[in-house]
Amino acid sequence: MKVLPALVLLTGVDLVAVASIRDSVRRFGDRFLRRVFTAEEIEYCKSRAPQAAMESFAARFAAKEATIKALRAAERGIDLRAIEVVRARDGACALRLTGSAAKAARAMGVRELSLSMSHAGDYAVALVVGASS
Amino acid sequence: MTVEIREILKSHARLAVDVDALDDHADLYRAGMSSHATVNVLLALESTFDVEFPDHLLKRSVFESIESIRAALAELGEPVEV
Repeated sequence: MKVLPALVLLTGVDLVAVASIRDSVRRFGDRFLRRVFTAEEIEYCKSRAPQAAMESFAARFAAKEATIKALRAAERGIDLRAIEVVRARDGACALRLTGSAAKAARAMGVRELSLSMSHAGDYAVALVVGASS
Repeated sequence: MTVEIREILKSHARLAVDVDALDDHADLYRAGMSSHATVNVLLALESTFDVEFPDHLLKRSVFESIESIRAALAELGEPVEV
């Protein structure tokens, strides 16, 4: 009988108040955005109307934190820009990991990471589910 | 240095307790600091002390207490108070 390798599920969730992201932008301006988001993420979010832009930034921030939780990587030293939310043509979002985040994922034996984001009113939430072996 | 760190925490960490009442080794996350507030603290530290935290210092334990923040700044080249 063939023995299948054990599959470990990884989960991470994060909730962000949209107002707190707006507050960080007010306090630190583009320096906050450039420290947290990739150029492509900033370009996409800023292309939206002001309120929608803040909701999109908040959802992406939540996605980055949820990914760190899923990878159990709070102590690995990860630049938030190494976790990027990318959009397919159909609007579906996915994660692209680079640098320190990709290294953390390899260390965990991650085979797949799936992302879901949502926002309503004052809050944005992101859920990351992954599988490692 | 800890005086400046405490001022930054008062302005940016959104703690549920009075920063002045915290010991240098007190756990800032238990005191209510969120991951998002940690980024605000990071940005304020970088501008105040004119440093940039490299990847290996972008971890939870570095921002866990006033003392751990002081140690990280010392590693980045700030003179350490004796």
